[in-house]
Amino acid sequence: MATVEAHAPATAAGHRRTGIWDWITTIDHKKVGILYGVTALIFLFIGGLEAMVIRTQLMQPDMKVVSPDFYNELFTMHGLTMIFLVGMPIAVAMFNYIVPLQIGARDVAFPRLNALSYWVFLLGGLFLYSGFFIGQAPNNGWFGYSPLTSLQYSPGLNMDFYALGLQILGIASIMGGINFITTIVQLRAPGMKFMRMPLFTWMAFVTSFIMVTALPVLAVALFFLTFDRFWGTNFFQASAGGDPILWQHLFWLFGHPEVYILILPGFGVVSDVIPTFSRKPLFGYAVMVYAGALIAFIGWGVWSHHMFATGIGTIADAFFTTSTMIIAIPTGVKIFNWLATMWGGRLRFTTSMKFAVSMVAMFTIGGVSGIMHAVSPADLQQTDTYFVVAHFHYVLIGGLISAVISGLYYWYPKITGRLMSEKIGNWNFWLFFISFNVTFFPMHFIGLLGMPRRVYTYAPELGLGGWNLLATLGAYVMGVSMLLLAWNLVRSLKKGKPAGNNPWQAATLEWATSSPPPEYNFAQLPEIRGRMPLWDNPDAYDERVWKEPEGGVHMPNPSYWPILTATGIAATLILFMTHLWWAPLLGLGWTMVCVFNFAFEPAG
Amino acid sequence: MASRSHRFLRLLVSLSALGSLGACASERYPQTTFQPVTGFGRIIDHLFHGVFWWTMLVLVVVFGLLGYILIRFRERPDSPEPKAVYGNTVLEIMWTVIPALIIVAIAVPTIRGIFQTQEAAPKDALVVEVIGHQWWWEFKYPSLGVTTASQLVLPVGRPLDLRLHSADVIHSFWIPRLGGKRDVNPVRAMPNGEKPPHLNHISLTIDSVGDYPGQCAEFCGTEHGAMRMMAIAVPPDTFDAWVKRMKAGQDTAALSAPADSLALRGKKKFLSSACIACHTIAGTTAMGQVGPNLTALGDRWSIGAGMLDNTPANIQRWVLHAPQIKQGIIMPGANVGGGGMPPTGLSASDAKAVAAYLSSLSAGVAPKKKTGWAIETTTTH
Repeated sequence: MATVEAHAPATAAGHRRTGIWDWITTIDHKKVGILYGVTALIFLFIGGLEAMVIRTQLMQPDMKVVSPDFYNELFTMHGLTMIFLVGMPIAVAMFNYIVPLQIGARDVAFPRLNALSYWVFLLGGLFLYSGFFIGQAPNNGWFGYSPLTSLQYSPGLNMDFYALGLQILGIASIMGGINFITTIVQLRAPGMKFMRMPLFTWMAFVTSFIMVTALPVLAVALFFLTFDRFWGTNFFQASAGGDPILWQHLFWLFGHPEVYILILPGFGVVSDVIPTFSRKPLFGYAVMVYAGALIAFIGWGVWSHHMFATGIGTIADAFFTTSTMIIAIPTGVKIFNWLATMWGGRLRFTTSMKFAVSMVAMFTIGGVSGIMHAVSPADLQQTDTYFVVAHFHYVLIGGLISAVISGLYYWYPKITGRLMSEKIGNWNFWLFFISFNVTFFPMHFIGLLGMPRRVYTYAPELGLGGWNLLATLGAYVMGVSMLLLAWNLVRSLKKGKPAGNNPWQAATLEWATSSPPPEYNFAQLPEIRGRMPLWDNPDAYDERVWKEPEGGVHMPNPSYWPILTATGIAATLILFMTHLWWAPLLGLGWTMVCVFNFAFEPAG
Repeated sequence: MASRSHRFLRLLVSLSALGSLGACASERYPQTTFQPVTGFGRIIDHLFHGVFWWTMLVLVVVFGLLGYILIRFRERPDSPEPKAVYGNTVLEIMWTVIPALIIVAIAVPTIRGIFQTQEAAPKDALVVEVIGHQWWWEFKYPSLGVTTASQLVLPVGRPLDLRLHSADVIHSFWIPRLGGKRDVNPVRAMPNGEKPPHLNHISLTIDSVGDYPGQCAEFCGTEHGAMRMMAIAVPPDTFDAWVKRMKAGQDTAALSAPADSLALRGKKKFLSSACIACHTIAGTTAMGQVGPNLTALGDRWSIGAGMLDNTPANIQRWVLHAPQIKQGIIMPGANVGGGGMPPTGLSASDAKAVAAYLSSLSAGVAPKKKTGWAIETTTTH
């Protein structure tokens, strides 16, 4: 730490940046990134705990560990947590910390908006969870199909928490997306052309576009639902002429692009990690960029493959079958390009690399079962069974979470200045890898042998007690492997080996600055001349990044308006719960006050 | 050594060969998707096997390459500095085009299958209305005037047209051995008498006699996990005899016998209590429409849509304690109300008599295996 302060007179000057108050008012993208990351990891453990209870209930047929109603809350909150409170924010955490460093920027384009996104996200997550405290957490699944979500069939507050909580979280994601698009378009260092950006930044860019376009669709659907539940409209009420299938279309029109919001950042991480530990540039860089963009684009035209059993007709089935299969092509290209990157390389199996390689393998399994779902008549047997549960856990744990852990081991030294323990990492990896497969591979069989999803128990006669027991034991070991990860993250803060600027001899710009980087990231940068600046021209990045320009680096001041504005946004939506028409207006008024102060806050 | 390789072989067989799971699986796994007994199911099975082997080919190639790379190119003390390769157009075109061709090979039969599996049923098909309720199934045979609940009796070899709709939320009708699932959607109120959209039907013909369990596959609330059903496929003449007895009100013969005085007392109790407000028994004055039709209840595979084995003791338990056994259901118990209704106040001995009566109701078609299907098995209690 001492070295950083020595090189960071601009921050050391006026005020020391430590303590709670600093974390509350920070607008430094790195600190906001850490806030996002730590929060998401905490939610990961909460969501994991829910999974443990779910697996315990399903360990054997006719178990009575939890009641049916509580089970339904658990699987709903597990899904919501892992998607909205883990998958997205952990990607945003990495975008926050890494993207400005990778493109040679001082911060994101709108630092205060960035802090605002975080606080809105945090309040949304806490609100979503507050349902548990009154025993009425969301309980209709993360997909919340109408008309089950209507007041008639869900009279409790459960789905109010859902409709309003997700609305709050959506606002945070949209603001985040806008911020990253602007940052990447506007703040690239001189010479950092689009086609020189690291793949991780590219995937952040593509993901951000999906965020700002997909989340509004969810917002509309949630507003319809809110209106149905609070003011008796009939958007989804079949008996009054409304259309419950409309909800499915809106939800999946958001929900499928959401899948790519979750997985593309994982692709980005792996595309940075594999070249580093293969000592080779990424194979087919341009194609990798186009493939990512293409996946995101086609991802908008596949949503009804979640609805093959709904009854949307032959033509629609044929269309969505075809579009879904087409998406396999750019995805396959990515997999082969990762393999080609490793081909002829000098592979160093650090923990980060192990997780990246396992991501490629596990994602391939998830992709392959995805092709099986795309065969829409066959999907009539598979959909809503454990086969689907196996599929998307291979994609989201095998794919996303493996990539995230790979990224954690990879960038942790940049963030903390210390390396994570490779010894614990090795245990962490193998335990995780084996137990993950023991947990989820049997679910392919469980599903094809006739067990539907979202059932709180099953009959002994189905013959699936053995497979389920295996899956549950796997899940427990997986829990242990995640505790190892947590232990490694915490202990390496103090005990990790000092990392230096570039412990992995990586090629991209974030490794040019110190670990951890000073508040302003880079004092100065030479003009970027290639995709792999630190490999192409290592000498140029030695000392010059440290040379403070005359008069210091001007950085914006911390601000408490982001957190205050966030309370306003959250309050506006939460006050719907009072069922008083004027109550949300109070929240809105407070938001306006905050936004006014936010806008006219004097620049540092 | 021998035993280890033997164990390895067994592991390999059980993990990798999905086909072997399909073989003789239906005894062990009654809801298996691998042993369809309808044309609808076989089209699906065929498509699945096609895509399965194509994707296994992809897996073998990717995993083979990956395995080779991880061993061949791992860092060694004498590893040379790798050559920087930025891409290879020919290779990249190759691994775009070959997967695309595989996709075409999968897509063409798939699209044919989409149209085959959604053909309209022939005009002479037997129509069965499948109505989803939270959390039980109602089956109506409109052309025969027969209604039953959570247990379907179907003739083998005759085209069937299952028409699905829901009385409340969305459910999904899934009996794996009869083929794929279809959502059971609520009927949308339409202006000017237009036909409501999204009302699914399944057209199929069953080709072998047997008992085929299934269950709701779309999350539908508290007891989604206990919304199960049984289809019993019987020869056409057995089916016709069953229909006749279902319509006649089959209880009279058995119950006029003075020997079964308990059942007779149960009948009187049933027909004079609140039960008849919700339940129907064909041929009696019980004509309630809210709850499951109880005609021929003695034949059923279970009580409470798969919750309990169908025994007199369990029926008694159910009559007394239904809301505790299956949470959130509307049926009131003796001491606990349900769905806003007051408790029935039936005494234990009344319930015992009612159970004896209901158990005695039969229309001659029951599953081959009478007990052991339920979530809660008799043996555990």
